[in-house]
Amino acid sequence: MAPDLEKPAVDAVTGTPTTGHEWDGIQELNTPLPRWWLWTLYLTIIWSVGYWIVYPAWPLISSHTTGILNYSSRAEVGEELAKLAALRNTQAAGLAHASLTEIKASPDLQRIALARGKAAFGDNCAPCHGGAATGAAGFPNLIDDDWVWGGKLDEIQKTILHGIRWEQNPETRVGNMPAFGRTGMLKREEIAQAVEHVRSIAGLDVDKTVDLAKGKEVFAANCASCHGEGGKGNQELGAPDLTDAIWLFGSSRQAMTEGLINGRGGIMPAWNGRLDPVTIKALTVYVHSLGGGQ
Amino acid sequence: MAVTERTLTVGETAGAILCGAFALAAVIIAGLTHHAGYSFHMLVFAAAGAWGCFTIINRAFDGVGGIEPLEIDGKPNYNMAPVKFATVAAMFWGIAGFTVGLLIALQLAFPAFNLDLPWTNFGRMRPLHTSAVIFAFGGNVLLATSFYVVQKTSRARLAGNLSPWFVVLGYNLFIVIAGTGYLLGITQGKEYAEPEWYADLFLTIVWVTYLLVFLATLWRRKEPHIYVANWFYLGFIVTIAVLHLGNNAAIPVSILSPKSYIVWSGVQDAMFQWWYGHNAVGFFLTAGFLAIMYYFVPKRAERPVYSYRLSIVHFWSLIFLYIWAGPHHLHYTALPDWAQTLGMTFSIMLWMPSWGGMINGMLTLAGAWDKLRTDPVLRMMVVSLAFYGMSTFEGPLMSIKAVNSLSHYTDWTIGHVHSGALGWVGYISFGAIYCLVPWLWKKERLYSLKMVEWHFWVSTIGIVLYISAMWVSGIMQGLMWRAYTSLGFLEYSFVETTAAMHPYYVIRAMGGGLFLAGALIMAFNLWMTVRGHQRLEELQVGSPTIVPAE
Repeated sequence: MAPDLEKPAVDAVTGTPTTGHEWDGIQELNTPLPRWWLWTLYLTIIWSVGYWIVYPAWPLISSHTTGILNYSSRAEVGEELAKLAALRNTQAAGLAHASLTEIKASPDLQRIALARGKAAFGDNCAPCHGGAATGAAGFPNLIDDDWVWGGKLDEIQKTILHGIRWEQNPETRVGNMPAFGRTGMLKREEIAQAVEHVRSIAGLDVDKTVDLAKGKEVFAANCASCHGEGGKGNQELGAPDLTDAIWLFGSSRQAMTEGLINGRGGIMPAWNGRLDPVTIKALTVYVHSLGGGQ
Repeated sequence: MAVTERTLTVGETAGAILCGAFALAAVIIAGLTHHAGYSFHMLVFAAAGAWGCFTIINRAFDGVGGIEPLEIDGKPNYNMAPVKFATVAAMFWGIAGFTVGLLIALQLAFPAFNLDLPWTNFGRMRPLHTSAVIFAFGGNVLLATSFYVVQKTSRARLAGNLSPWFVVLGYNLFIVIAGTGYLLGITQGKEYAEPEWYADLFLTIVWVTYLLVFLATLWRRKEPHIYVANWFYLGFIVTIAVLHLGNNAAIPVSILSPKSYIVWSGVQDAMFQWWYGHNAVGFFLTAGFLAIMYYFVPKRAERPVYSYRLSIVHFWSLIFLYIWAGPHHLHYTALPDWAQTLGMTFSIMLWMPSWGGMINGMLTLAGAWDKLRTDPVLRMMVVSLAFYGMSTFEGPLMSIKAVNSLSHYTDWTIGHVHSGALGWVGYISFGAIYCLVPWLWKKERLYSLKMVEWHFWVSTIGIVLYISAMWVSGIMQGLMWRAYTSLGFLEYSFVETTAAMHPYYVIRAMGGGLFLAGALIMAFNLWMTVRGHQRLEELQVGSPTIVPAE
């Protein structure tokens, strides 16, 4: 049937006339625009024009309209950062002049140091030592009192400042567990004997078929210079205590043998220069407070 | 029937020569390049070209194809074979894309799913997912429906004989090149525009052909007016061409290298990227799918479109305003303030033009609301409009700078995108495909409407889980990022915010799993429909025995 443009059909359900066209059985009603729809559209346009008047909006030849507020998001963020810096600096002034022990002694200074230290720890230290500072294989746990390089305030600070085996820093902490196996200093058999000796002084299960007396000799000749006669370790050299239950790389026979064959030497960056001195002080106090500070 | 050989038409001769020359050039490049992935891609091109050349000539030998009559017995001789192909491709890529989506959701919750392989890590799987669902699934739905709708509403056969096939096959070849490229690490690193220069060039040729086929079909229409769905399809095709060319303007290092450099740099590049990125949403995922809505909703509801005037006003206001909204992706960045303002205000003004489509779709059901109870296909499409309305309200809200300062870079954005993608684009596509398959394969009805019910409810629960998990996780993430202690320090480290999101990532993966399960039910249902089975069920919409409600 041909569409009658003069008198379009009326839809029986709604009583609205159609436009008189039809496509594959589809017709269209000639319903006017819903008023609320139209007015909301106008409102959004009016609101936008208002916004353009107040804020920077339209590009000109070589500049743009600045708006009556003269707003700039760059200036705004600058102000916010300045405000934050001012707040932090007031607090930092106290930290800057106090010694680590004075900070520890003053509840106020300590509160500020812990807040600053916690934030700095989350951003800088957590990737290796973990969000809860419990460490991972090769990355020491910082909440116990078993310290590789010392757990006193100034020792912790020195470690943070200069790092461990961080070659770019001349004052970095150095101390190497040599690769006894790879360099041929010890034979495979001697390594196995030393491992069993260490296991015996650490209270771990021991392979009885291995000659422990030999192991003790190997230990005395090669390991005791750093780890001490009794294996108690030496924090000045970063030589861990081998008699306790805490193992940086694990206490399995395999992990210990690996250490003797290839040596060990984890690296920690020096934070001096990367973090400001006040933040490093705060970090020191924070790490010291985690549970094992001495 | 006896096979009669025929000579090649002019178009076929040109097509065969072009395919052959393309294959030859691709083989030469494949041999000369030192890049293994690029060489593989060129061999894929070569195989496709050789197949095209052979098939064109072989069809002539077999006496099939050639120049088909435009009308048979005074009725349009519709060309539905490319539509069928694109419909099947849409379903295939949809399931592939949803599966990869589930995988990356699991990777975010449980990193072990990265499998420690370069090809399967999140960085490569994520663009594979986005491209598979947007361009492979969505694109094929748009190709299928646009070729169907333009023929039916113009009462004209699709223009060209080889061209429509070149469009659907070429587009899917592009998808293969793009997807395998991501896995091999070939990417230009622009979000939603990852394919490198040679894939982009090939797509340009396919897309221009698409535009020409569409225009030529409209040109030979037997209806005095162009139906509103076709305006939206045309707006989508034209704008995507412009966006694609603008954002992918690049200079290849060499014809023997997959690498290229984008001509834009710095903040201009960022602006181009999000002008493109936002309008991929606006014109691909909105205008294109509104076109689907304008045909399939009135058709399925058997009711006239609510308002012709609204369709005109919201069409023009939508396409005029959408193109400006891109800068809202770059709030609080190096983008000048004036551009941020324009992006934000145009997004606000876009609210009502977007809702025009929802109103026009929903109110088309006036007098047919009872069908929502009995017809899950129509219900799916109406719920898709509800999701569309929700997303297009949420979008302008999130473009407001103050809101954006909380929502940007958080999972809220992911939730917003998926309420649009799963709810709107997914459901309107499913609805259209449920309609199309029985029509195309000339079946009386779907195999089972009960399975559509199951699909609807399983997926809806999936979507709700997905988007609510992302809202909670996103807003929590934004609040945790900006939380300061009274002493002026950040309350949470980044890793703490990540840990807090874990439970929501698990819920999100569950939602995605349900959505995928729904799509698998759909695929089975369609497979059985095509094979001609009908499950015995009490109520069947569209079956001739049913009497409509009084």
